[in-house]
Amino acid sequence: MIYREAGQFKSSYADDQAIFPVVQDRVVVAAAVSAAFVVPPLVASEYWLQAVLIPFLVYALAALGLNLLTGYAGQLSLGTGGFMAVGAYSAFKLATAFPRLSIIVVFLLAGLVAAGVGILFGIPSLRIKGFYLAVATLAAQFFLIWLFNKVAWFTNYASSGTITAPDRTFFGALVTGPNSTPSARYLTALGLVAVFALVAKNLVRGRIGRSWMAIRDRDIAAEIIGVRPLRTKLLAFAISSFYCGVAGAGLVFFYLGTAETLAFDISISFLVLFMVIIGGLGSILGSFLGAAFIVLVPIVLSNAPRMVGLALPVALQKQIELMVFGGLIIFFLIVEPRGLARLWQISKEKLRLWPFPH
Amino acid sequence: MKGSAAAPPLLEVDRVSVRFGALIAVNQVSLRIGRGEIVAIIGPNGAGKTTLLNAVSGFYRPYEGTIAFEGRDRTRMAPPDVAALGIARTFQNVALFKGMSVLDNIMTGRLLKMRGSFLLEALYWGPARRQELEHRAFVERIIDFLEIQAIRKTPAGRLPYGLQKRVELARALAAEPKLLLLDEPMAGMNVEEKEDMCRFILDVNQEFGTTIALIEHDMGVVMDVSDRVVVLDYGRKIADGPPAEVRKDAAVLDAYLGVAHEA
Amino acid sequence: MLDVLYAVLVAPFKDMAGSPAFLIEVLIGGLFAGLMYSLVALGFVLIFKASGVFNFAQGVMVLFAALTLVGLLERGAPVLLALGLTTAVMVALAFAIERIVLRPLVNQEHIILFMATIGLNFFLEGFGEMLWGANVKKLDIGIPDRSFIVRGVQINQLELTAAVTSAVLVALLALFFQRTRIGRALRAVADDHEAALSLGIPLKTIWVVVWSVAGVVAIVAGLMWGAKSGVQFSLSLIALKALPVLILGGFESVPGAIVGGLIIGVGEKLGEVYWGPLVGGAIENWFAYVLALAFLLVRPQGLFGERIIERV
Repeated sequence: MIYREAGQFKSSYADDQAIFPVVQDRVVVAAAVSAAFVVPPLVASEYWLQAVLIPFLVYALAALGLNLLTGYAGQLSLGTGGFMAVGAYSAFKLATAFPRLSIIVVFLLAGLVAAGVGILFGIPSLRIKGFYLAVATLAAQFFLIWLFNKVAWFTNYASSGTITAPDRTFFGALVTGPNSTPSARYLTALGLVAVFALVAKNLVRGRIGRSWMAIRDRDIAAEIIGVRPLRTKLLAFAISSFYCGVAGAGLVFFYLGTAETLAFDISISFLVLFMVIIGGLGSILGSFLGAAFIVLVPIVLSNAPRMVGLALPVALQKQIELMVFGGLIIFFLIVEPRGLARLWQISKEKLRLWPFPH
Repeated sequence: MKGSAAAPPLLEVDRVSVRFGALIAVNQVSLRIGRGEIVAIIGPNGAGKTTLLNAVSGFYRPYEGTIAFEGRDRTRMAPPDVAALGIARTFQNVALFKGMSVLDNIMTGRLLKMRGSFLLEALYWGPARRQELEHRAFVERIIDFLEIQAIRKTPAGRLPYGLQKRVELARALAAEPKLLLLDEPMAGMNVEEKEDMCRFILDVNQEFGTTIALIEHDMGVVMDVSDRVVVLDYGRKIADGPPAEVRKDAAVLDAYLGVAHEA
Repeated sequence: MLDVLYAVLVAPFKDMAGSPAFLIEVLIGGLFAGLMYSLVALGFVLIFKASGVFNFAQGVMVLFAALTLVGLLERGAPVLLALGLTTAVMVALAFAIERIVLRPLVNQEHIILFMATIGLNFFLEGFGEMLWGANVKKLDIGIPDRSFIVRGVQINQLELTAAVTSAVLVALLALFFQRTRIGRALRAVADDHEAALSLGIPLKTIWVVVWSVAGVVAIVAGLMWGAKSGVQFSLSLIALKALPVLILGGFESVPGAIVGGLIIGVGEKLGEVYWGPLVGGAIENWFAYVLALAFLLVRPQGLFGERIIERV
């Protein structure tokens, strides 16, 4: 590695338990995060902001949510789209009903609604495990989408059946709605995601994270040790749905601008699951890596042929995309079931020894 | 004084039976364990020893009989409640959390002692942070005690079997239990590892006063370590007394030790 | 309040009693849909029973089989040849899946294999669409989609053929598992890969056999469905409904897949026709799943599954 941890000894447990115990790591991450706030609004094109960075942030948040539930707590869920929809429609109703309410508060409240719904659909997880639970979460997915389709109240009786993010300001700048700039939306999303990621990291390295992982790894032994399964699992569903709800709100308010229930159907549940699998189950970093990967693959697939002189019809592109996703999932599961995050760890370990092989 | 007749027993199992369909795994077994005792439960495979322990842990519900801990009936309690009472255990097939490091595994033993404020934990601030560090300090003392400092950050799944068993003991100790149930803590260990484990068990009993019930197959260990031996066979208790007595008991010899005894 | 209770608990049953012929038609429609689900579920059960793999891609295999069949028929192949070629394609697919997906993942946890089949699902969807195009196709296998009337009830000839074919298929499969050596070996494999390997059971061959048979079942399902509603991508979504069927019937039971499918099919249709109008329709989207969920809460192992006794 360009820098090593050799020689860096910790003299207190506090130092040992820090998120980034190695000083250089801390510096690098701080620099990267600052750069993320400063650089893109200055140099990135609107295309990059709108088509890559903003969706990346939104999906990363959803992946974070699902990773907490499936990766850390071990509860397989195929209902992510449904919970995102709850967040999106709640945010829409709140924002249109209370125009003076700060957009951040709207998002947080929408997240709470999603958390409530998550708890409701998480109750079966006490009796049901594994694949069975996945099918139960499908019930949530299909039912919620049906609900938002059928009940016109959710779209404020719009004839088009879509919801549109209204203009809202934050610190004086328009951050959502048709008149906001990509930069403003990007920065707000970035701020939100940074805070949520920090919170997630704090949760998983402490008491709650450990009780989740105990349930995931050996639920019976965990119970005998004193972990209360209902509380632990419902908490996982609640927090995960909270994250997914806010992500859903973000999907409409920061990324799409306008959406209908199709944006939240079963394919997005699978998409987020892929992000979590490819990125790494049980890894905060993995959620981001997976989201980046999934956002970039279609971009690469649509631009690469053009760069080598081929012009592919759109339909074919979509089909190749599906094949590539499917193939990559299988590839990752064979080569490194613990995903990109693990690959990153392994490369760091190799770099630590480089140029020696072992 | 250890397990004196006058003091009430810590654990009292009274004519407990556990059944799986038509199979009666534990058949009207009664036993008492006094405070500070080390009791060994022995018997052939399938005698119902682990089942009995599982019943005490609350994982199986006895279909007859009562179990009392510290004088209060707790036959119908759920496992997390049993743990909250102060009963900790290790498992026959090591049940460590493979995805977590050794340190985190042992920290899960402290979960019952941790009071949580969700908001503070989300921010890792103030009382939440202090609590985490306090528990870390306590767990480190156990790590020192069991001499596993070198592996504290290793994922539990990667440890050799003997060390896994030791980590499991550490996790049980982290809960500061009043009663420690050990299910074959020395299975699969070589002589040195067994000596170490014996030493740890005796230390735990002497230094912390923890009452211990252990299931064990190695007779040498049983004779050295235990104050009393309970023998199960086909779900029934067939002997209960100090090791020297049990070793000579005819019924035990017939059922289990298979040694031809002089008439 | 009373109105609502009346509308939900009384009125639908009155409607049912009011026109029994219509009720029977709805039931038959439900039975047919249920049969389709059963056929897909059957493929699942075969694979799960024999290799312990939860094949999420079974629905897409149905679609793929149907697409291949239609594609060949459209290019002028006679029916029997087309069927034969499609079977060959599904067998080749089974080989490929065994080689590329299953073998490298041998003895991984079930959840990993499950996720691999999700990946397979997406891959086959894209691949199938790429090969044969994305528009709806009509599948004509020579059986007329005509109805005849028996005692005042309409019965569809195509549906009847499908029912009979499926019944025969199911009987054959049940016999296969119970009576033959290969059937028994398959059950051993499902329990424990490594143990089966150590007994000398040829894992690779078995997997290819099983996935091929599942492929053939997929062809039958695809055929029936495609003939009835045309071959299109919603087929894979409909196939997703096989999951609630498996929950009802248990993951390892051939009769369970049938009974579960019929219950889901009938329940769904009845729900849609008699209760659907109360809430604006389209209940079919989620009814099966909610039914399965309710079922799981009461009996987590399904109708025919075995009770799981946990050990510590």
